[in-house]
Amino acid sequence: MSKSGRTMTRRMHGVLFKFPGMITCNEFEDFILVYLEDELPPAKKRLFELHLKVCKSCRLYLAAYRRTLAATKALQKDYDALEETVPQDLIEAILATKDDKPPR
Amino acid sequence: MDGKSPDKDQRRDLHGTSFVAPDGEFEDIVRGNIAWMLAVARRILRDPSMAEDAVQLAFAKIHRKLEGFEGKSRLSTWMHRIVVNEALMMLRKQKRENVHPIDPLLPEFDANGCRVDDPFTVSETSEDQLQSRQVREIMKEKIDELPEPYRIVLVLRDIEEMPTSDVAEALEMSEANVKVRLHRARAALKKLLEPMMRGGAL
Repeated sequence: MSKSGRTMTRRMHGVLFKFPGMITCNEFEDFILVYLEDELPPAKKRLFELHLKVCKSCRLYLAAYRRTLAATKALQKDYDALEETVPQDLIEAILATKDDKPPR
Repeated sequence: MDGKSPDKDQRRDLHGTSFVAPDGEFEDIVRGNIAWMLAVARRILRDPSMAEDAVQLAFAKIHRKLEGFEGKSRLSTWMHRIVVNEALMMLRKQKRENVHPIDPLLPEFDANGCRVDDPFTVSETSEDQLQSRQVREIMKEKIDELPEPYRIVLVLRDIEEMPTSDVAEALEMSEANVKVRLHRARAALKKLLEPMMRGGAL
């Protein structure tokens, strides 16, 4: 969509989102984290999902947000690569100091 | 609520093969767990030698307290908390970098509360692609670009998968504040990753 087309859509949305039962993109933004944790109270969840249905910008935004989250979570599985880089002298240092008196 | 979520045990399953019973030899515990503990400390501190120091301090504490370990939580969960705390303590002493404001990275809204950013469609990506070495390197680089107070919350919540309550305690802030920071950190990271997502590389 062209820039002017988007501006037009935004103006229409600006009016639409003031209707009862509607929330703005800004309010939608504030609900995202809790929505993804599935902890939004039912009434707010309905508002959130209705906004999602009518607002393409927020749909695309949420998709990119989810993708970011998935890519971040994929980093959790990054342990194996480190296995070989544990310095042997670190292991020895830890084992050597274990019999020392704890520092006071 | 979040403190009771099962995600913690699922996370620890990643280290499942490294798990050693509390009555195991200390040496076995060190050798079996040092790799992931070093990874945790590196993610928090970003400096390999500081991470090694944090792990050494953590093992000193683990050795001292191992006898008193009552098995209320899994050993690896307990050890995770110890290494996180040691790393955070070192982080506080570190010179603060990356204190630039997060606002330029946050989404913008007009006077009516409508989103004004230039939308784009994310491409289809498989789990394998997300875990490719290239993507993981980009992710680490971009996470490091986040302002420090936001980076640390994202690392502890989304990578280390600590419950909100534990993160709040470790960082001495309210749970509500952890949630606000986490959301902003994710939104800012999304902004930083946008060129890659637009290009279909992520």
